[in-house]
Amino acid sequence: MNPKTEAELAEMVAGLKEPVRIKGGGTRGIAGPDVAIETSELTGITLYEPGALTLVAKAGTPVAEIEAALDAEGQQLAFEPMDHRGLVGTSGTPTIGGVVAGNVSGPRRVQAGACRDFLLGVRYVDGMGQVVKNGGRVMKNVTGYDLVKLMAGSWGTLGVLTEVSLKVLPKPEVSATLAVQAPDVTTGIAALSAALKSPFEVSGAVYDPNNACALLRLEGFAGSVAYRSDKLKSALAGFGDVNRIEQSDTLWAGLRDAANFHEESGDVWRISVKPSGAPEIAGRIQADRTLFDWGGGLIWALVPDGTDLRARLGAFDGHATIVRAEPETLSNLGRFQPETPGLSALTRGIRHKFDPRGLFNPGLMG
Amino acid sequence: MEMPTPNPDVLRRKAVVLQRLLQVLPEDAVIHEPSETRAYECDALTAYKCPPMLAVLPATTQEVSDILRICNEEGVPVVPRGSGTSLAGGALPTADSVILGVARMNEVLEVDYDNRFIRVQTGRTNLSVTGAVEEDEFFYAPDPSSQLACAIAGNIAMNSGGAHCLKYGVTTNNLLGVKMVMMDGSVVEIGGAHLDSGGLDLLGVICGSEGQLGVVTEATLRILRKPEGARPVLMGFDDNEVAGHCVSDIIKSGILPVAIEFMDTLCIKACENFAHAGYPDCTALLIVEVEGSEAEMDYQLSKIIEIAKRHNPVELRESQSAEESAKIWLGRKSAFGAMGQLNDYMCLDGTIPVSSLPEVLRRIGEMSQDYGLPVGNVFHAGDGNMHPLILFDANKPGDLEKCEAFGADILKLCVDVGGCLTGEHGVGIEKRDLMHHQYTPADLEAQMAIKDVFDPNWLLNPAKVFPLDASESRRAARIAAE
Ligand SMILES: Cc1cc2nc3c(=O)[nH]c(=O)nc-3n(C[C@H](O)[C@H](O)[C@H](O)COP(=O)(O)OP(=O)(O)OC[C@H]3O[C@@H](n4cnc5c(N)ncnc54)[C@H](O)[C@@H]3O)c2cc1C
Repeated sequence: MNPKTEAELAEMVAGLKEPVRIKGGGTRGIAGPDVAIETSELTGITLYEPGALTLVAKAGTPVAEIEAALDAEGQQLAFEPMDHRGLVGTSGTPTIGGVVAGNVSGPRRVQAGACRDFLLGVRYVDGMGQVVKNGGRVMKNVTGYDLVKLMAGSWGTLGVLTEVSLKVLPKPEVSATLAVQAPDVTTGIAALSAALKSPFEVSGAVYDPNNACALLRLEGFAGSVAYRSDKLKSALAGFGDVNRIEQSDTLWAGLRDAANFHEESGDVWRISVKPSGAPEIAGRIQADRTLFDWGGGLIWALVPDGTDLRARLGAFDGHATIVRAEPETLSNLGRFQPETPGLSALTRGIRHKFDPRGLFNPGLMG
Repeated sequence: MEMPTPNPDVLRRKAVVLQRLLQVLPEDAVIHEPSETRAYECDALTAYKCPPMLAVLPATTQEVSDILRICNEEGVPVVPRGSGTSLAGGALPTADSVILGVARMNEVLEVDYDNRFIRVQTGRTNLSVTGAVEEDEFFYAPDPSSQLACAIAGNIAMNSGGAHCLKYGVTTNNLLGVKMVMMDGSVVEIGGAHLDSGGLDLLGVICGSEGQLGVVTEATLRILRKPEGARPVLMGFDDNEVAGHCVSDIIKSGILPVAIEFMDTLCIKACENFAHAGYPDCTALLIVEVEGSEAEMDYQLSKIIEIAKRHNPVELRESQSAEESAKIWLGRKSAFGAMGQLNDYMCLDGTIPVSSLPEVLRRIGEMSQDYGLPVGNVFHAGDGNMHPLILFDANKPGDLEKCEAFGADILKLCVDVGGCLTGEHGVGIEKRDLMHHQYTPADLEAQMAIKDVFDPNWLLNPAKVFPLDASESRRAARIAAE
């Protein structure tokens, strides 16, 4: 099903008799019922005001189209959404609706915030076929409950997004990366933490155990980046040799997309933890490969097919999500971390209100 | 402003409710004498007052849980309260309600610099959160002008902002987790020191829910390392429109100042008389602040000044010292107090797209003539969050009503140009009945459905946020069920 307008979509949903899969570009590896509602006809940037740092687009608009429009004005999506295609082995065109539905956020999340922090407003069709809007196109808005955040990361289980408005930011003039040779995870995370605690505005903080290297990105005006990278370099000298890498955009795109895992077989998980807890957590999971983003707060882990990583993790503060696995593993273990009974009751209650017939992406989130 | 009729059954059972609360709380935590409950009769929206039936001041999450369980069983509405600085009537009681104040819960529970967070009890004031980490060069970013008094509890409930949120975001962008007591007394923990939610983003809904979903007793907040320095520049213009263009040009140039504040003539004069900040005599004043090392600030300010010069400013002054910077900010942060010296005032809080600024200011000026009430404008220009301050005389019959009608017209205008009713103060009772102007019935249903899930009996702060006609059947169902 491929509605041409929001009104047509609403009518379609109202008439649904069976559950459906919500499909943007289909690049994020979300499976579900055979019948899909697609947003590929709901496209186009409806408003872009560079002087107000705001952009509004229909949900099916390709991310690339948005990035090109922003680029022409020297602006960007600061939350740096990853492209899942290489990792998950999908094709297709990533859409902005999919980015929002998955709250997809890259390395800059540690400094600038997640997709949800840049989402100003949404329009969606709920499970009754009603069009609902929340938020708007202005940066400050506390009018009523914030369903905008709720829709971000709801993976299509609460409604079909039709339009999103986003806060955008100026693109930095230059960027530079400091690479610190850190022999082990503990040292690596400590280096990231020291950098993030400094006043030098680090906009990316990754530890890559494969290269025993902590990577710290600095962005901004040329003079400012030069100054901060000098300062940070001396501040980090105690952790290991520090080198400065110019032209690091490709490097960060690779880190964002977990490129290091693309050619490796096995399941891929994302674990969100308290950054300083990352080394201990990494010890528990015994993964074949790891990558630590967000200053240690996000662990990418590669494990053999079908591994129950949550069993290895045991109880911990945070959550573990499957990004890539066989359908069987996904259905056995569940893509998302089971919630505590209190939260799970709230989640179920909300889903029942928004989609009482259980039509959208059934079984995906709890 | 209409409030629901107090439930006579609840009023009749006051003694029973009081007795039960005294069983779970120390005597000094329960306030029941009418002479004392009056202290809780209003928040900073002082035009509306109503003493609650009782007020309680718990000291622990367990006590909060006991209170809510009892009130839930007894069918008593509960109005959570932080410091009572809401400008929207968010903490205004009804005569049949229990005020639950968290002011006694003000401890710092954990400070963790490696992971850049602080965990506090929510009765702690905003400024004293920064106070707890300041010595180590950290700070908590959201900085409402009321930060000396307002509590984190209220900040979370209202999703409060501040002058520096252009760069650092508002409360929701700096909140990592909460401990919250539900109306049935159960306790939930959401989020924590890690980032983002593993399931639905419930934290995002709780922040800004105006005390209607649960009582938040603990919060994990993101703290940041202080920048090396911060410096403002003052710019005066002869024309609002020109000032508006200047703001837009600065933003488009790729510089992101931490704050861009705007004031018009009336506010400039009032603030100058009040704080002696050295503000120029002009039509529109901008305070633009940048952060970083000395060299970084020099660079950014030189670019900003270059842009400003293209707009023929009547005044352009970079702060030369920390004292001068403090003075410039003191003037801005005391805007409400300064206007209060001129007359009673009502402070609005709509947001508009920055591009509509000149048009909106012009229309407000015209309306001010029509209503015969002066209005001063001070606002966060970078993000379009306006604070028109309408002056009126509370002792003059009819003036308050006129002021409210004027205010409503301004807020509707904000919505009509693509903005919203409230950017940071919240809906409360003040903007409750204007919600129809911004939202369709389906939009409001979706929001009320959330409250149905968290508080099925509609006992938590029930007469707020939603137009009374929209929420009536839900509130009535609760009373009928008793
Ligand atoms: C002079 C002045 C300047 C101001 N400047 C700003 C500004 O710059 N930016 C801004 O955003 N606001 C500003 N405000 C408004 C106000 O200070 C904020 O809304 C503040 O967050 C309210 O905090 P409080 O602790 O006083 O909350 P209260 O007024 O006590 O309550 C506010 C709301 O929070 C709910 N609540 C309180 N405690 C809890 C809890 N534990 N759990 C759940 N809900 C709870 C209440 O029910 C109510 O709905 C200003 C107010 C004044 C008087």
